[in-house]
Amino acid sequence: MTEGWFNIFTEALWILLKIAAIVLPLFLSVAYLTYFERKVIGFMQSRIGPNRVGYFGLLQPIADAFKLMFKEIITPTESSRLLFFIAPILTIAPAFAAWAVIPFNAELVLADINAGLLYVLAMTSVAVYGVIIAGWASNSKYAFLGSLRSAAQIVSYEIAMGFTLVGVLMCANSLNLGNIVAGQQGGMGQWYVWPLFPLFIIYFISAVAETNRAPFDVAEGESEIVAGFHVEYSGMAFAVFFLAEYANMILVSMLAALMFLGGWLSPVTFLPDSILWLFAKVAFLLFFFLWFRATFPRYRYDQIMRLGWKVFIPLTLVWILFVGLMMQTPYKDMFH
Amino acid sequence: MDFICGFDDANPLQGYVSLMSFKQKLISFFKGLSLYELIIGLGLTGRYFFARKITIQYPEEQTPQSPRFRGLHALRRYPNGEERCIACKLCEAVCPAMAITIESELREDNTRRTTRYDIDLTKCIFCGFCEESCPVDSIVETRILDYHGEERGDLLYTKEMLLEVGDKYEKMIAADRAKESKYR
Repeated sequence: MTEGWFNIFTEALWILLKIAAIVLPLFLSVAYLTYFERKVIGFMQSRIGPNRVGYFGLLQPIADAFKLMFKEIITPTESSRLLFFIAPILTIAPAFAAWAVIPFNAELVLADINAGLLYVLAMTSVAVYGVIIAGWASNSKYAFLGSLRSAAQIVSYEIAMGFTLVGVLMCANSLNLGNIVAGQQGGMGQWYVWPLFPLFIIYFISAVAETNRAPFDVAEGESEIVAGFHVEYSGMAFAVFFLAEYANMILVSMLAALMFLGGWLSPVTFLPDSILWLFAKVAFLLFFFLWFRATFPRYRYDQIMRLGWKVFIPLTLVWILFVGLMMQTPYKDMFH
Repeated sequence: MDFICGFDDANPLQGYVSLMSFKQKLISFFKGLSLYELIIGLGLTGRYFFARKITIQYPEEQTPQSPRFRGLHALRRYPNGEERCIACKLCEAVCPAMAITIESELREDNTRRTTRYDIDLTKCIFCGFCEESCPVDSIVETRILDYHGEERGDLLYTKEMLLEVGDKYEKMIAADRAKESKYR
């Protein structure tokens, strides 16, 4: 009897350790992603970015974190206190929870479930509740407007994003992320990015819109509604939203790397597959997020909606149809 | 095909688009589809990523300064230690911000001297008129630009403070005046 309890306890401890092994490096990457964002955007604007705290400003994210920790968390007088504090948790929890099914290489995955992709989609959809609740609980018209904009945008682009993933499912014949990567074995030419190139582009642009990043950052268009749904948040509560945004960026880049760029597989057959390939691909995609932010002016709100509903959804449907038809022809090997 | 070129009801350019010929519409369709303009834009910022950075890292690096730079004020003395100011109050009269306050009296040796010479640096607009109006080159503006006050009133410079600045930087002030002398 006691032995059974002991086994459950060690099992739970082991899982907790694995979670820590994923979440702690993730926190660190989020911190340094903010640093690289400031550096990259600075460089693209002929500036040098943060360079005062530590060598090359490398301790800047840590200084920022401490600043935010010591700041006061202000709750607006008329806010709904409980929901006000649940909202940031509801935003960040799914962003981290989705990592449970991400395979880092053929063996390294916390929960190897069959419907991994479905789980990721479900988790990223939950995040929109955090946004809505944050805007509503703040009892501020700016926060509310921002949350409505943001929620509508996330929901719209989720459809296009979901459809692009349908294309990947058709190629891979599996919802398990590990199997999707395994289906891309055999060098760069076998990656799904080639047969599904339009879907990859649409996935990536939708991902930028999903995470509310420039040029789709109307939710926090500084010139109109300050910071959107999180205007009323300060200190650590604000930092949690900030963390969630960057964690989501890393998550969608990770998914793109797994589903279109062959995950941990080496681009050339004579080099060994390694988790480092995965990290390199994710870093490459993340660079584009920063590059976009330094380049494009913000979309108008109706333009965002038009792009999502009237361009991306028809385009993805057409390409899915095309892939489906090609699979019935002798050229189906190109689409595995 | 107009679902990609951007002719929707909310687009103010709609009238313009309907004027385009079929060929122009076709070109704009494929330009939109291939993200041509966006890639051009990315190329531009991509080039700037490697461009020389123009940031001047202030305390270590500074921009070049003219000898005519108008910074913190100073009151100068003659080489024998006598203060130059003769309390003619021309600077007080010319000051457009009325930042200068002067009071004067006769000293024992029957010369007119200031008993009070205040410049409120929070009022001063650093126009340099006081310096120009001074017949004896007493009040001058120096190159010093990084000074601060920590309390209310710290930036109200009195005669003693101004003379101290003058004494401390006399070498620099004199050199700058010498360089500029042929234009004055």
